[in-house]
Amino acid sequence: MANRHTKLGLSDQEVLDIYKSMLLARKVDERMWLLNRSGKIPFTISCQGQEAAQVGASFALNKEKDYVAPYYRDLGIVLSFGMTVRDIMLFAFAKAEDPNSGGRQMPGHFGQKKNRIITGSSPVTTQVPHAVGFALAAKMEKKDFVSFVTLGEGSSNQGDFHEGLNFAGVHKLPVITMVENNQYAISVPLHKQIASKNVSVRSVSYGMEGITVDGNDPLAVYEAVRDARARAIAGEGGTLIEAVSYRFTAHSSDDDDNYREKEEIEQAKKQDAIVLFANYLREEKILTVELEKKMTAEINSIVNEATDYAEEAPYSMPEDTLKYVYED
Amino acid sequence: MPIMSYIQAITLALREEMLRDDKVFILGEDVGKKGGVFRATDGLYDEFGEYRVLDTPLAESAIAGVGIGAAMYGMRPVAEMQFADFILPAVNQIISEAAKTRYRSNNDWSVPITIRAPYGGGVHGALYHSQSVEAIFANQPGLKIVMPSGPYDAKGLLKAAIRDNDPVLFFEHKRAYRLLKEEVPDDDYVLPIGKADIKREGTDITVITYGLCVHFALQAAEKLAEEGISTHILDLRTVYPLDKESIIKAASKTGKVLLITEDNLEGSIIGEVAAIIAENCLFDLDAPIMRLAGPDVPAMPYAPTMEKYFMVNPDKCEKAMRELAEF
Ligand SMILES: Cc1ncc(C[n+]2csc(CCOP(=O)(O)OP(=O)(O)O)c2C)c(N)n1
Ligand SMILES: [Mg+2]
Repeated sequence: MANRHTKLGLSDQEVLDIYKSMLLARKVDERMWLLNRSGKIPFTISCQGQEAAQVGASFALNKEKDYVAPYYRDLGIVLSFGMTVRDIMLFAFAKAEDPNSGGRQMPGHFGQKKNRIITGSSPVTTQVPHAVGFALAAKMEKKDFVSFVTLGEGSSNQGDFHEGLNFAGVHKLPVITMVENNQYAISVPLHKQIASKNVSVRSVSYGMEGITVDGNDPLAVYEAVRDARARAIAGEGGTLIEAVSYRFTAHSSDDDDNYREKEEIEQAKKQDAIVLFANYLREEKILTVELEKKMTAEINSIVNEATDYAEEAPYSMPEDTLKYVYED
Repeated sequence: MPIMSYIQAITLALREEMLRDDKVFILGEDVGKKGGVFRATDGLYDEFGEYRVLDTPLAESAIAGVGIGAAMYGMRPVAEMQFADFILPAVNQIISEAAKTRYRSNNDWSVPITIRAPYGGGVHGALYHSQSVEAIFANQPGLKIVMPSGPYDAKGLLKAAIRDNDPVLFFEHKRAYRLLKEEVPDDDYVLPIGKADIKREGTDITVITYGLCVHFALQAAEKLAEEGISTHILDLRTVYPLDKESIIKAASKTGKVLLITEDNLEGSIIGEVAAIIAENCLFDLDAPIMRLAGPDVPAMPYAPTMEKYFMVNPDKCEKAMRELAEF
């Protein structure tokens, strides 16, 4: 009997790679908290609980062609799209070599042109119209790429969400929007954010497909994004995907997380995708004890090396403050 | 050389740039089939097709934001805001995104977008179809703000804006559209962004202004010349960032400076011009810096009496200039 991933056309190696990417994102994220709590980096903001959605989606995209407009939690996406752990650490330590911003932005504000990761800012949801602009360019230039944009469910209340998706809908543009619904916008729970039964029903207003998927299941997200991409490339327009999971950490390193019950978090962690997907791979005899050991050791050494490198790396010169306001 | 109105010069600049570079495209409300509410894009839809002259949904943040995305990809969008007054829903996209993209990405990404918008009063447009909005954007490094005073400048500066690799706000005075006509070459010329332009040489007083007020100041200067008062007029052309060198030179030349804007006085562009002169020209000045501007009320009223009271005009310019000359 065919298992779930072969039915989706994914090889054993591919699902192993998905798992490894999820685990890498989690391990890098955990390191960030250690660095923050030991006073080495001033700020971190987490992907924990959303890795499956991020990595599942990335694997359904074309990493050589597609453009991604990630938001601050999307460590799993940017790592999948070619940003290295060293790049991430340089960003966290705000060092000159940080390819995202040269140490100008807070961590999480990703951007790297060579990997088609579109630069982002802090005001939420501004990236949605940008992704639509990339999709408009794809249509005008008759190129076979899609743009992929993510945001939180709270951020889906911003005007730019509506303006961007409506624009994309009217012109049937190849943009995939994935709302990572982690149940909270800082302290405000979902039911105080949106009145509709979920986020994906909003797609009706934009004349595009909408689907809510289990964000703890990388294969479900993979399938949704794969199908959305196929529709987009076929000229059938965009898709609004809502990937439902839960935010395991505080909103950021500056948040005391005093507005929700510990039990709620513990309950949610029973659905931790890293654990569930590892179990699946073990049952399928794809993830062996040996492989797991090897993987963990490899990830540890990548994270350690990147941390050391970034910690030692130089800051920008003070006068670099003045650079790149306009083209030279 | 053909005589052209300000709006014809704009249309010609757009057309020439679209012919020159197929990455250039226009997006905005009613810009396509209709050719724009002021007809700035007249004929371009028929010539270039739906996607090069794109009628967008009525949503300014998307017009700016989608344009920004397309620009980051490598297109050359020219976004139109139907009226400068309605750029406000797009301010976040312009200030948080377009202005900061190059800087925040350490020069990795850039936003070569031009955002055109008709501004200014004297057309019975009342509060929300008359405003000058340049000061809102004029402390946002990363942006350039260009405000041409006449048809010749409009064409050359718009072409330069479209070719610029950074975001340019391009404000066109809507009353100038059909009021001002002059010879405009139909060849491919561009004018430098960031440089002011001397519109009249003179020795007694200096007027520094921009946009339609340049035209008013020129008219007033003609009259004063008959009385033997010689006026030097500097047109800022680019109101942000300012051409400090030209401002200092023009102010020092006569030692008597009048600054004019159609905007409300406090916090306007000319306040910064005054600061530059105060910092650099103290010993060259023979009179206090003088300013002529709109009153500090929220915007221009509709009734002709009040509109006239608000607007700068040639008479007001003449009065202020004479007063300064006599100081
Ligand atoms: C326009 C804007 N308003 C407020 C904020 C401050 N802020 C940052 S994240 C956030 C909550 C976002 O929640 P959600 O969209 O659900 O994303 P999540 O953090 O849960 O992934 C807020 C209010 C902001 N960054 N931008
Ligand atoms: Mg959330």
